[in-house]
Amino acid sequence: MKQSTIIWTLLMVFGGLGLISVQLFRGKGEVYVREVPVEAKSSSKTSPEQTYRWSTYQEVSAKEKDDPGISFSFSRTLGLWVAAFCTLAIFSFLYGDNPLYKFTEAVFVGVSAAYAMVVGFWTEIVTNLYAKLLPELARMSFFPDMESDVHSDLLYLIPLVLSVLLLWRLAPKGNWIARWPLAFFIGATAGIRLISYLETDFIGQLQSTVMPFIVFSADGSMLWFKSLKNTVVIVGVTSCMVYFFFSVEHEGIVKYISRLGIWFLMVTFGASFAYTVMGRIALLSGRLDFLFNEWLGI
Amino acid sequence: MLKILQNLDRRWIFLTMFVAVSVPLIMGTTFPETPSDQVLAVFDAVDNLPDGSNIVMALDYDPASAGELQPMASAFTRHCALKKHNIYFMTLWPQGINMIQGSIDILNDEYPETYKGKYGTKYVNLGFRAGNEGVIKLVVEDLKKSYTTDIHGTNLDNIPLTKNLKNIQQVDLLANVSAGYPGSQEWVLYGSSPFDIPTVVGCTGVQAPIMLPYIPDQLTGILAAIKGAAEYEQAIINHYPDLAENPKAKEGLIRMGPQLVAHVLLISLIVLGNVIYFMERRQGTA
Repeated sequence: MKQSTIIWTLLMVFGGLGLISVQLFRGKGEVYVREVPVEAKSSSKTSPEQTYRWSTYQEVSAKEKDDPGISFSFSRTLGLWVAAFCTLAIFSFLYGDNPLYKFTEAVFVGVSAAYAMVVGFWTEIVTNLYAKLLPELARMSFFPDMESDVHSDLLYLIPLVLSVLLLWRLAPKGNWIARWPLAFFIGATAGIRLISYLETDFIGQLQSTVMPFIVFSADGSMLWFKSLKNTVVIVGVTSCMVYFFFSVEHEGIVKYISRLGIWFLMVTFGASFAYTVMGRIALLSGRLDFLFNEWLGI
Repeated sequence: MLKILQNLDRRWIFLTMFVAVSVPLIMGTTFPETPSDQVLAVFDAVDNLPDGSNIVMALDYDPASAGELQPMASAFTRHCALKKHNIYFMTLWPQGINMIQGSIDILNDEYPETYKGKYGTKYVNLGFRAGNEGVIKLVVEDLKKSYTTDIHGTNLDNIPLTKNLKNIQQVDLLANVSAGYPGSQEWVLYGSSPFDIPTVVGCTGVQAPIMLPYIPDQLTGILAAIKGAAEYEQAIINHYPDLAENPKAKEGLIRMGPQLVAHVLLISLIVLGNVIYFMERRQGTA
């Protein structure tokens, strides 16, 4: 039997077992909710107090489905199945590239971009620009809670103009205008970052590396572990810096120190790789936990 | 045998990894965790504050990283709730809004006596702001320059928790959970380091080696990857044993079972790969 046939067979067996478990653990793969009534009172100087009532829905476990006030949620159940389908579709790439994977990937990219755009519009353009420039109109349209004595902040015309200039890039003529706001952003970002990196990553790290080789406790006894730790840090930093110091030929003592630096770098890369592996396995177990627990109910 | 191993379809390895992660997950296998010094530093930073202190919780991640970071965010939330701290939620990631909602659900469902119906007095959701590190620079100096309203559009001057908060230098602790840029490093670069704001972070395994050099001078403590989350959960359970009854409070601990088996498998595969390499070299085929 070909290897691919065996793998397919095993995947089908796993899939079949999954579906059997859904049948066995009925109620899983379904979402139940409890209706929570909410009441809020609102008043303003110009209108009398009004009471608003609405409901929110709190997800409950399937065990409570027969309790009073608990109902089946079709929309949330559909969401659960769509999430499970998308997870399996993305996993199918491990077997090989396929249309199902491509479709799900495209949906993910599209939904993420659209979501970020909508959130950005409501939190930035509406809240931080429109409401600052036209507060009276914003209060009438989107923010009834906004104070009536807020005045237009004309300083926000600058980001508005810069944004329009940036969008000019899409115009058929004069798209060079977009370079001006872009130059401003690049310059400002570089300036802000330079100072922070100098302060935190350069000066701060230098300060953190200035430490005693041998550490003593208050009663005068030597702290071996702390001393060893400090020594490793100092030797590690120094030898790695020597490795990247190319103005001197790496011969004699410099050669041995730089070689020690390579060892430290290798250990660092190994640790980074191991951390990355741990992260990826955590993500895998997160998705499998969703499939087994929330969807299949195993 | 060597020929079979040389031509082994990589999908067998994927399948083995699937089994290695699935079995302990289904069995619910957990292992005891001993909190490290870094994790204890995080625990102490939250726990040593007087009850009802002000904490900014910046959840800068999205559902793609939730498998690794959700246990940390949930553990931070539960620990703060146990201490009855006032929590300011915010995010620099658009999808972070849903992650914040997850933490708010924990507050309302598990600690209703302290938090239910106390929006604005015990916790506030500032939501998302675009601008990456620009937002951090603003909120550490003048919160209301960046955030004029909360996520519901309520003016910050009308919310008791934010009414008198000029900037986040005034809070007692900044807890950040981050999946990348903008996240932990930016909070250290523009927040904790220049302004000496006590900061603890929980980050992905990929970020951990970048963040570790900031300890202890520029960062109080770090939860590195799912291991850090599991140790933190254990530290909280050790101190608040009632939490052991809550299976949701052991998400990280449950995820460490698959970690162990998967790591053993990976180490075995690395050893096997090297054995194959040396066998090929001996035969002169490498």
